[in-house]
Amino acid sequence: MNDIYEGLVAAFWLVVTLDSDLMQISLRSLQVSLSALLIASAIALPLGTFLAIRRFRFRRLVISLLNALMGLPPVVVGLIVYILLSRSGPFGVLGLLFTPTAMIIAQVIIITPLIASITHQAMRELWAEYHDLLISLNTSPWQRIKTLIWDGRRNLLTASLAGFGRAIGEVGAIMIVGGNIDNATRVLTTAIALETGKGDFALALALGFVLIALAIGINICIHWLSRTEREGRW
Amino acid sequence: MITRIAALFTALSLSTTVLAEDIKLAVTTSFENSGLADVLLPAIKEDLDLDVQLLVVGTGQALRLGQAGDVDAILVHSRAAEEKFVAEGYGTYRREIMYNDFVFIGPKDDPAGVGQATSAAEALKRIGVTKPAFVSRGDDSGTHKKEIALWRAADLAPETFGAWYRAVGAGMGASLNTAAGLDAYILADRASWLNFGNKANLDLLYAGDAALFNQYAFLAVNPEKHAHVRNDLAVQLEDWLVSPRAAELINSYTINGETLFTFNAAPE
Repeated sequence: MNDIYEGLVAAFWLVVTLDSDLMQISLRSLQVSLSALLIASAIALPLGTFLAIRRFRFRRLVISLLNALMGLPPVVVGLIVYILLSRSGPFGVLGLLFTPTAMIIAQVIIITPLIASITHQAMRELWAEYHDLLISLNTSPWQRIKTLIWDGRRNLLTASLAGFGRAIGEVGAIMIVGGNIDNATRVLTTAIALETGKGDFALALALGFVLIALAIGINICIHWLSRTEREGRW
Repeated sequence: MITRIAALFTALSLSTTVLAEDIKLAVTTSFENSGLADVLLPAIKEDLDLDVQLLVVGTGQALRLGQAGDVDAILVHSRAAEEKFVAEGYGTYRREIMYNDFVFIGPKDDPAGVGQATSAAEALKRIGVTKPAFVSRGDDSGTHKKEIALWRAADLAPETFGAWYRAVGAGMGASLNTAAGLDAYILADRASWLNFGNKANLDLLYAGDAALFNQYAFLAVNPEKHAHVRNDLAVQLEDWLVSPRAAELINSYTINGETLFTFNAAPE
């Protein structure tokens, strides 16, 4: 219990004094996870919606595959991305290993199935409602996808935020592909793993509290910006 | 959309390139946990204007990174593995830099009586008889290899041990945390132990045998195997590491008044 108290105190001082390392690490966490979120959403939102409105031969297979991939173990993703990006791997010439870009790639792979899967669930119900209207208006598939995405934006926000939560709290994959290099690829979660390894639980906890606060802050910001959950509009 | 994503990727990768020259160096967890890096890296930056990017891994993985050409140089402590690395042509030679020593850590009441041992082999024999909980790194690191070699020297075979011998497959710090939680014996390097924050009921029980000597060596990755490695920077770094300035910084690095490393690089 004492450790938790010390962690809270340490977190308080780190934040109040605007500790430069903390700022840098936190900003990098945000940069990596928000970039991954943006790219993953750009892929997963249309994909999930497409799966909800189109009937094709392997649809069920694709959907069960997506659902299974939601539970993709991050270490395995990390290891595969590592082998692909390694200098002796197929994409070695790009020199991306141990850079934030490599971390973004790993996180995109981890969260895309999650976002696509939740999107698909939400869109299936919306599509049942909109089906007759959109068909009778003779809309193109792309117009249907756009309409559904726009009208289902709150559900999609939940999907994206779930993805963001998984990305910013993830440590297994980015530890392997990022290497936890100080001033280059160290983010909050890998810093926590490092400090725990050193037995400095107070600092590790402090970073943990900062991470939690950051995740909550981002969620509130996005909800506020997108004006959901306001009086008379739920 | 695709062009935008591509543009985003380019922007992100551009924003990550640094202006000062940087070199990737794979080091062992014990080196990083000792805190010596925090002293040496700023000095290197000052003298050479070189950003050393540390990849903190076990010796086994450090050698793998070197073989794959993912780092420019490695700093590790496992002579046999290093010599194999050089023999296979991944490095051209190994340069000894400094040493510290391994110590036996265990519960303060010391049920196995390791504190009364007169040699490392005897300490391990006592543990082999009493069979108290013993945490092994189990991660193919330099410390792990050393531990296995010490068991062999004591005529004991770790692979035949029962449940009291726990191979955790983790770094030095994480293994020490496990040992603290289990109140177990463990072999650690002195630097990591002194710098470790969660000592709980553990104490240093035995040290001083010459068999516990822990030599660190620097190996630049062979540019003939991997044309892209920054061998020029690795050579600069090596010259700095064997310089009088490095010697002074390494020898004067202490924790709680105890010297951790002894510089012993031979002049060219």
